[in-house]
Amino acid sequence: MSEAVPLIVLAGNPNSGKSALFNALTGARQKIANYPGVTVERKSGHFSLAGGKQAELVDLPGSYSLDPTSPDEEVTRGVIMGIQEGERTPDAIVIVLDAANLDNHLRFALEVIALGQPVVVALNMMDLAERDGLTLDPTRLEAALGVPVVPTVAVRRRGLEHLTAVLESQLRKKPNPVKPVIEEDWEHGLRKRAKQIANQAIIAETAGRRWSERTDRLFMHPFAGPLILFAILFIMFQAVFAWSEAPIGWIESGSDWVAGAVETNMAPGFIRDFIIEGAIAGVGSVVVFLPQILILFLFILLLEASGYMTRAAFIMDRLMASVGLSGRSFIPLLSSFACAIPGIMATRSISDPRDRLTTILVAPLMTCAARLPVYAIIIGAFIPPTTVGPGIGLQGLVLFGLYIFGIVGAMIVALVLRSTVTKGPNSGFLMEMPKYQLPNMRDILIGLWQRAWIFLRRAGTIIFAATVVLWLLLTFPKVPEDSAMSQVDYSAAGRITNVIAPIVKPIGFDRDIALALIPAMAAREVAVAALATTYAIDAPDEEAEAKSLTERLQSRWSLPTALAFLAWFVFAPQCISTIAVTRRETNGWKWPTFMLVYLFALAYVAAGITYWSAVALGL
Amino acid sequence: MLTPTTLDQLALRQNAEVVSIDWTAISENDGRRLRALGVDEGVAVEKLYKGMFGLSDPIALKVGRMTIAVRKSHAEAISVQPVSVTNQA
Repeated sequence: MSEAVPLIVLAGNPNSGKSALFNALTGARQKIANYPGVTVERKSGHFSLAGGKQAELVDLPGSYSLDPTSPDEEVTRGVIMGIQEGERTPDAIVIVLDAANLDNHLRFALEVIALGQPVVVALNMMDLAERDGLTLDPTRLEAALGVPVVPTVAVRRRGLEHLTAVLESQLRKKPNPVKPVIEEDWEHGLRKRAKQIANQAIIAETAGRRWSERTDRLFMHPFAGPLILFAILFIMFQAVFAWSEAPIGWIESGSDWVAGAVETNMAPGFIRDFIIEGAIAGVGSVVVFLPQILILFLFILLLEASGYMTRAAFIMDRLMASVGLSGRSFIPLLSSFACAIPGIMATRSISDPRDRLTTILVAPLMTCAARLPVYAIIIGAFIPPTTVGPGIGLQGLVLFGLYIFGIVGAMIVALVLRSTVTKGPNSGFLMEMPKYQLPNMRDILIGLWQRAWIFLRRAGTIIFAATVVLWLLLTFPKVPEDSAMSQVDYSAAGRITNVIAPIVKPIGFDRDIALALIPAMAAREVAVAALATTYAIDAPDEEAEAKSLTERLQSRWSLPTALAFLAWFVFAPQCISTIAVTRRETNGWKWPTFMLVYLFALAYVAAGITYWSAVALGL
Repeated sequence: MLTPTTLDQLALRQNAEVVSIDWTAISENDGRRLRALGVDEGVAVEKLYKGMFGLSDPIALKVGRMTIAVRKSHAEAISVQPVSVTNQA
């Protein structure tokens, strides 16, 4: 291992442009994993040093200090000190500084430099400093710090060659580790020195245009600010559904084509059935959500890169605080409207562990894209397309109501959790609000690619495995030829249904619905396909079989049952991937089990209340 | 001379100097983070914005060249002396 390529780590404050520098140096080929035992991301890639020699680059989590206040900062400290499990001792450290924010960022830099390891300082975001009217002298900073300083603009790929050349020469130096001396009032002294050095490095300072502050006057306006935020969210959700229609169609016809090709080219039998009904249908039903997820993430990444996202968190903080959360939970919950999985993964940015756990537990209540096929078919079949006001259709209103139902449910649950299982002092909301800047399209595309890859890999593994298991449950044991029972009834799934059916009978669900709920454990939208299959198999003749699922639902379900079915899916945690990702993010089975139990209980109660109220009202 | 006050009571767009911070009212972790974000005794701050619809929580603060968000509960623990300069730059 010691003969391996040199390891270089990027360290710096959050918002110093570290990730942009990482992207600029390594390009799209990045490896993302976790450090062992913690949910802290390890992002690594390779790049060429000035001499053409390869080096490994690791993007450490942003840190304000070597005195850690979060798991992220603990990992950063561990790696820099060479004591982090799962990481070798770095050969050189690149400290990334925001040039416009020197006095603050220099504190961390001084702490790292004091350790005596080979260090290069990237004086980043020089363009934003100039925009703010600051003129800096890197050579003066170099003299004061005693380590090489290279001015960079990572998002515009400026200064990179210079940086790799300096790195190359630093690597040839021998590390000279010194034991850090903890002085009396060390924190204070550090701040004073940082300020001194920053003042030395600044040659001139004019008022500048203070562009960020002007923009904030509008975006953070007490009334215009929230309105702009809601307008942005509105456009975002419109786009998620409007722009995704065409690509979803391509994916559907693509998977139909593949299934067709398999059907014509393979001999009929178990393997062919398995590939078509299990693998292609199962994975295909999940991959169709990729366009919506990518569009949502495009917006989220753009908002993050521009610096607006922390403003959104600021605006929403008061509202979130009323249920015991903070503005930091806003972004993960927003992502959960596309899919709870990226939402739950995004909770890593929440530093308070109780806040984070609460956010994970309520994330599945946000109406994700997978519920839409279920909602759409039931609403289409049972809610008349009448208008209830100018431009307001009843169907759209019901759909909107289901979204609100989920949000209100999540808020109540969060409030209850924060005063019971995740009880504790209200966490603070201490956050830096970075300067606005124009997002770099390359960084956005790299981010999108990483999200797409994580999602597809998941679809290819967890979802694939779950679909296969469910397909096997429905296919085996094979019904004997002389039996009067259908294959579905005779199968293992059918037998499980016998257990579930009496439980869900009081909330208006018949046996067919109970049966559909089993495969829907893999993913909610599978319920639609399962109902279609069941009713197709049960159809007495071909004419009945040709009837659309909508018509069949209308003839078999009462309105109270349909409404109860909608209420069920607002809460039911029928998504195996969400459970899996919760297990991974909480390091154990305790919380995913809790999530399953409480959400199924809520689903049962909500569906029951809906059913009996509807029956009582004579609907 | 302007009357000393706490950060949550400070007027918007008002410059001030942090006189003292009641660290006992802030959790140790939050205190460390607060200092890491540049808020400490003797530091010049400017109160920039408040929460939506004029609610007094959270509060956006200018510290040096950085804008940060703090909760009202933290701001209450921060005593400040308003100063009548506009912007030092």
